[in-house]
Amino acid sequence: MIDSHVLPRPEARVNDFVARFANVNGTGSASANFLFAKAIFRMGIPVTPKNIFPSNIQGLPTWYEVRVSEKGYLGRREGIDLLVAVNAQSMKQDIASVREGGYLMYDSTKKLAPELIREGIHYLGVPMMELANEHFTNPRQRQLFKNIIYVGALAVLLQIDYAVLETLLQEQFAGKEKLIAPNLKALRLGMDHAREHFDYPLDFYLERRNLIGDKILVDGNSACGLGAVFGGATVMAWYPITPSTSVAEAFEKYASRYRVDPETGKNRFAVIQAEDELAAMGMVIGANWNGARALTATSGPGVSLMNEFIGLAYFAEVPAVLIDVQRAGPSTGMPTRTQQSDITLAAYASHGDSKHPLLFPATPKECFEMTAACFDLADRLQTPVILMTDLDLGMNDHLSEPFHWPEGQRYDRGKVLSEEELDAMGRYGRYLDVDGDGIPYRTYPGTHPTKGAFTTRGTSRDEYAVYTEDSAAYKRNMDRLLLKWETTKGLVPKPEFYQKHNQSDWGMVFFGTSTFSSEEARDLLAARGMNLDALRIKAFPFGTETEAFVREHPLIFVIEQNRDGQMRSLLIQEMQLSPRQLISVLNYDGMPITADQIALQIADYFKQTNTLSHDVSETSI
Amino acid sequence: MTYLKPLFRHPRLPKNKLGYTLKEYEGSISTLCAGCGHDSISATIVQACFELSIEPHLVVKISGIGCSSKTPAYFLGNSHGFNSVHGRMPSVATGANMANKNMVYFGVSGDGDTASIGMGQFVHAIRRNLDMVYIVMNNGCYGLTKGQDSATADQGSASKSGHINPFQPVDLASLAVELGATFVAQSFSGDKQQLVPLIKAAIQHKGLAFINVMSPCVTFNNNPGSTKSYDYVREHMQATGKMDFVPERKTLRAAYPEGTETEVTLHDGSTLNLHKLATDWDPEDRLSAVNAIQQARARDQILTGLLYIHTGYGDLHGILHTTDTALNSLSEAELCPGQAVLDSINASLR
Repeated sequence: MIDSHVLPRPEARVNDFVARFANVNGTGSASANFLFAKAIFRMGIPVTPKNIFPSNIQGLPTWYEVRVSEKGYLGRREGIDLLVAVNAQSMKQDIASVREGGYLMYDSTKKLAPELIREGIHYLGVPMMELANEHFTNPRQRQLFKNIIYVGALAVLLQIDYAVLETLLQEQFAGKEKLIAPNLKALRLGMDHAREHFDYPLDFYLERRNLIGDKILVDGNSACGLGAVFGGATVMAWYPITPSTSVAEAFEKYASRYRVDPETGKNRFAVIQAEDELAAMGMVIGANWNGARALTATSGPGVSLMNEFIGLAYFAEVPAVLIDVQRAGPSTGMPTRTQQSDITLAAYASHGDSKHPLLFPATPKECFEMTAACFDLADRLQTPVILMTDLDLGMNDHLSEPFHWPEGQRYDRGKVLSEEELDAMGRYGRYLDVDGDGIPYRTYPGTHPTKGAFTTRGTSRDEYAVYTEDSAAYKRNMDRLLLKWETTKGLVPKPEFYQKHNQSDWGMVFFGTSTFSSEEARDLLAARGMNLDALRIKAFPFGTETEAFVREHPLIFVIEQNRDGQMRSLLIQEMQLSPRQLISVLNYDGMPITADQIALQIADYFKQTNTLSHDVSETSI
Repeated sequence: MTYLKPLFRHPRLPKNKLGYTLKEYEGSISTLCAGCGHDSISATIVQACFELSIEPHLVVKISGIGCSSKTPAYFLGNSHGFNSVHGRMPSVATGANMANKNMVYFGVSGDGDTASIGMGQFVHAIRRNLDMVYIVMNNGCYGLTKGQDSATADQGSASKSGHINPFQPVDLASLAVELGATFVAQSFSGDKQQLVPLIKAAIQHKGLAFINVMSPCVTFNNNPGSTKSYDYVREHMQATGKMDFVPERKTLRAAYPEGTETEVTLHDGSTLNLHKLATDWDPEDRLSAVNAIQQARARDQILTGLLYIHTGYGDLHGILHTTDTALNSLSEAELCPGQAVLDSINASLR
């Protein structure tokens, strides 16, 4: 019987817990919490921190959740083992969120109100404010060092290597060395208090490992910005919107470092903060049309506004790269919470018959590579390509394989005619399908004095770019675009399989930030006798590999973070599947999906439909 | 359609410095109504580019949607054109201009395209001082949807159906000056003598050169009672001055009475000689320009000619400090920092 939302797991004492920090936004907790996560990373232990923050600059509750997993599970799981509660506003709910038998660390400067005492959890009182006030005079420092004090206490309780913390603080304050000593002092205040007052370590703790290898800890938005620099983007047009703003900021940061003419000091890039998302997309289209590589980054509300321009780029066949860092919609929705809910919007953006290639990264490394790949795809296909990331991937730090740019990798600018090529050919037709793949030849403005010029337009035209309302010419063009769509299927990244040969009648399909929790859920289910084959989608349109997987599994669970099962709809629609074959596994509360949610929904489906044999279902959950 | 192009051309058509005749600057046949003011403006653009000996293929033409936005197909057939979406010409032009700073950019728009749906983009292109010629072919109505009033229709102006416009008009020229445009002119599609030197100066101007051209709609807004009809505009035009555009400081001096002559030097050394008719107006003084426009309006007159110019202010490329090589011409080696850089970034993230 399923009586809890937490799946029981084998008890592990070492390197396996979830710690959550409950803070007040704008009190400097972020750097202390990151110090905690980074120290675990430096100890060679897989760690996944997640920021759960409000749409607010100062004052509202904010949480930082750190999952530590010896096994390398990077998704969220249910159940908080240790909570550091330093926010009076959310204290009651924070205390309630700790698992039975878990720990609550709180500021014991003031006595806890009786209603905050809960049976069945352990209280760890650290007089954070008292210690900070006693040892520091500057009011801002008192505030900041409260945070470092609890990190110190945790270092003792969980056995974080002090030398690692010391090194991290030295690195953080390189150039501002006088801040190192007070930070170390605060750290030791917390450590000393913990040593004097608590039994340590707790019944779960850290042990140094070598499980990180050469991996890096970085957020997806930085990786996208860097990928755009490496991918050859020279124009970035954007409009501020959470959670995509840091993509533009990262692009500008890296371009300012690596894209400046060493002789003149002048920029080999242009970043324009546009007046709105419409203009941002217009600039991207104008720049790409004129032979530069250009991108924009936005979130769902921006994609809604860009629909008209996306349709223009599709129909006029202009390359464009758009990064959609999805957040919880509809409308303004929950601007600082995550979701995968722009799938159908992006796939079919704009009026009329139109569809667009989408890429789904799951890690920062893929954010980097796929952003660069978007430019090749957009140039090659002469169409807008959308990178579908989300707030969780974009704004949280993730353990990732390092960035890599293969030796000899060259940009693919697609079919672009030079002056010489124009001279050597007969009449140029912008929309002639010369090669039979639906992709015609482009010319950049200014290529040739007398050949190759044409008017790009969003209205119907013939193969020579001449305006026409002839039905046959219009239809020929629409059919050619469909042929180009077929060509697209062979060019976008192929899906990832989790098995060499299919072993089960049941399949799981997932993508993007649902990946890690899905992988863990698959293990949890397998441990209970439910073995599923799995496939990770990396792109739309779906190719033959995805089609084969779907054909070979009579029952498929599609795991995604939206209410309406948008990827499931896309699979059904594009592959003409029976809706009964695909079962939605969903989470749409704005929090990153957990392994437990996935495993329980799948197990529950099996139970409800009596799919499992008697003995498996009895012994499972 | 306005006209059919003659197949036969005079063998001794005058040639410009590049050896081109006007023919090399023409576009395809216009599909606008016979007598449309827009076609006269197209012809003026052809003339100006011919006279300046601009390589046609180094010109980019971008427009939005509407009758005016169709015209880029009808001039400079050897130039690339982009007939984009309604009201969004400025953003497409901004992107195109960012990609390649070494071309001439013509943005063509209408009063609906600029003063209504595209007002936001118009405003921000001016703020950024994008290096382009921004021409509004202003007829006070929506021609392609059969004559509805536009936002530039004057209050009290009558449409063909007799409807009287109850709303205040948007005065694009005043607005452009107010927003800090560095070149603002106003003209009439029927005044080629004034428009050709204005367009030439606009092309040579470094930054956004805005020209609001009254361009009567022969089909829907050329009736008695309309303030955008041919007759009305002719009767109510008041020029700021007569002007000669002088490329690269050639010695051409019109014999203007003393004290009424102003000479404006453009960034490439060419000059605009102005014979001022409006005595209390100074083309390099913003307040005086706003005054002159408003006073003319109060007299029910349309002030034409160069209204305001400010040279020496950097365009968007200058503001963004972009390299001299066009961004679309940078080599892969200049664009991609390579694995060594990635190695150091990776190291910083461990």
